[in-house]
Amino acid sequence: MNHDTHTSPGTETEPVPAMQQILDNHFLLLFLGIALPTVLYIVWGIMEVVSIPIAK
Amino acid sequence: MAQFRVCPQSGLYFHKSAESLMKANAVAAVVFLLLAGVLALLVTLTRWPTVHLLPADAFYMVLTAHGINALLFWIIFFEMAVLYFASSTLLRSRLATPRWAWLGFWLMIIGAITTNVAIFQGASSVMMTSYVPMPAEPHFYLGLILFAVGALIGCFVFLGTLAVAKGENTYDGSIPLVTFGALTACIIAIFTIASGAIILIPTFLWSVGLISYIDPVMYRIVWWAMGHSSQQINVATHVAIWYAIAAIVFGAKPMSEKVSRGAYLLYILFLQLASAHHILVDPGVSSTWKIFNTSYAMYLAVLASMIHGLTVPGAIEAAQRKKGYTNGIFEWLRKAPWSNPVFSGMFMSLIMFGFLGGITGVVMGTEQINIIIHNTLYVPGHFHATVVAGTTLAFMAITYFLVPVLFRRELILPGLAKWQPYIFSIGIILFTLFMMGAGTMGVSRRHWDMSFADASTILGMTFEYPGTAKLMMGIVGISGVLSIIGGAMYVLIVVGSLLFGKKLEASAGFWQNFGVPLADSCYSPTRPERLGRPPVIEEHGSAGFEAPGTFVLAIVFLVTFVVYYFINWKYLASVWPMS
Repeated sequence: MNHDTHTSPGTETEPVPAMQQILDNHFLLLFLGIALPTVLYIVWGIMEVVSIPIAK
Repeated sequence: MAQFRVCPQSGLYFHKSAESLMKANAVAAVVFLLLAGVLALLVTLTRWPTVHLLPADAFYMVLTAHGINALLFWIIFFEMAVLYFASSTLLRSRLATPRWAWLGFWLMIIGAITTNVAIFQGASSVMMTSYVPMPAEPHFYLGLILFAVGALIGCFVFLGTLAVAKGENTYDGSIPLVTFGALTACIIAIFTIASGAIILIPTFLWSVGLISYIDPVMYRIVWWAMGHSSQQINVATHVAIWYAIAAIVFGAKPMSEKVSRGAYLLYILFLQLASAHHILVDPGVSSTWKIFNTSYAMYLAVLASMIHGLTVPGAIEAAQRKKGYTNGIFEWLRKAPWSNPVFSGMFMSLIMFGFLGGITGVVMGTEQINIIIHNTLYVPGHFHATVVAGTTLAFMAITYFLVPVLFRRELILPGLAKWQPYIFSIGIILFTLFMMGAGTMGVSRRHWDMSFADASTILGMTFEYPGTAKLMMGIVGISGVLSIIGGAMYVLIVVGSLLFGKKLEASAGFWQNFGVPLADSCYSPTRPERLGRPPVIEEHGSAGFEAPGTFVLAIVFLVTFVVYYFINWKYLASVWPMS
């Protein structure tokens, strides 16, 4: 399906705003919703724990 | 051939397989709520100092079971029902892969039972958090893993149904706002479950001796990506239910779809990061990590909640004013159907979530003032305000709508149903307020005996809380029992309605409550009419100030927020004087 336009019976094709295209792209949202907390919370947090010097 | 039923009462379309799965998940949810409620009574009667019901071992076992049954099983089973409703019913689509959905359901059931068995065998009293190196039995972790895998399958069936609906052109334009809210919940759920897998699978292997060591700091960081995010699934879901109920009861349209969807996007991007507030006093991570994830990213999610908290009552006010309730600032609210538990439950859920759960969440997410109440009873006070007053009450409210529409039974005891949200709310308001009050005075969470009797007799240590803290714990006990009575009323009404309620459809028998379809004559292979794009409406505000009452409520909220926030800073200054 063309993501750039929406059509409905009896109406002319109208452009879909870029933000709405993002919000309509469910799998992009899924990617963002997993990638962002994974990087900012889990990966960053674990890297900080891993970088703690081991006691001698 | 997909088969659909149209509900004569609501006009909603139910795909046969989706309908069965919604019923099965909703019934399972209520069963686990009943169990969680009985356990809540035992916990409450033990923390009530005068009663102090259970011995220590039983208390920790019951507390573990209460947390897991209430925070995971009740809520996630119900959320699965919401996901299937928001995808299949609201998009008028067949459900993708019903067999996988049933596999997911049964994995969740087996997982929930397995974990409960492990807990009640007595050697897995590790609380919901199950921090290592405190060990539980292997089947405790295994049950949670099975439950999570089942829920993950449910999430992918939801996403599959969105793809089917789009592919089969069942709707025009964007998905409805309520479905978008469910999508947000689904995305957060997938992150939550993935985080759970990252930490619980190694912990299971550790419990059977295949891994020798799990770093406790590492465990806490990754566990809370699951533990707190699981509660963010609830937030996204109950906000979707608020929008749904506003539309069902008032025919209200969102004040601005753009703004509401934008707020959901903020949830998708930032809500999970709030998990970091559990780690604010951990030594292993830097202040930069802590402050970024809480005081910056979390505030964007808080902003989103405030937007929803403004737009839902604003939409209701606009709808009421269109009906002619225009006198003064609050006639629209006074004339709202307060005797309808669908509305009253939803509206009190919204108010309590904002004033009690939301404001205190920000206090807990601020590194400096968090230290006043970290690991005190304030923390369960806060999350009972979000999960019980916010999520559970919203789920209760929508149930009163779904019993006739989905289960085709009339509600029994309508007079009791009218009062149930109020009894529950009064109980939970007092319960959470006095829990947080006691927490501010230092009363520990997860502690069997606030008198520290063992410490004084065995170790010779003495410590006594102020008398006010004991009084507050007494009120926590009384109000806790009141809210449990409110919860019991809900279970009584819902279970009684499913068993004895007047049948609105002749074939709605006993087994139909558990997912057996209604008679074949109820379904038709005819595809539902395509869901049209909602008519373009003028954005509210373009023709003047449409919701002045909501504006006043928002100002009251903001003033409360600011005053409470700075009171906590003042309190910090008094407990931590600088010289």
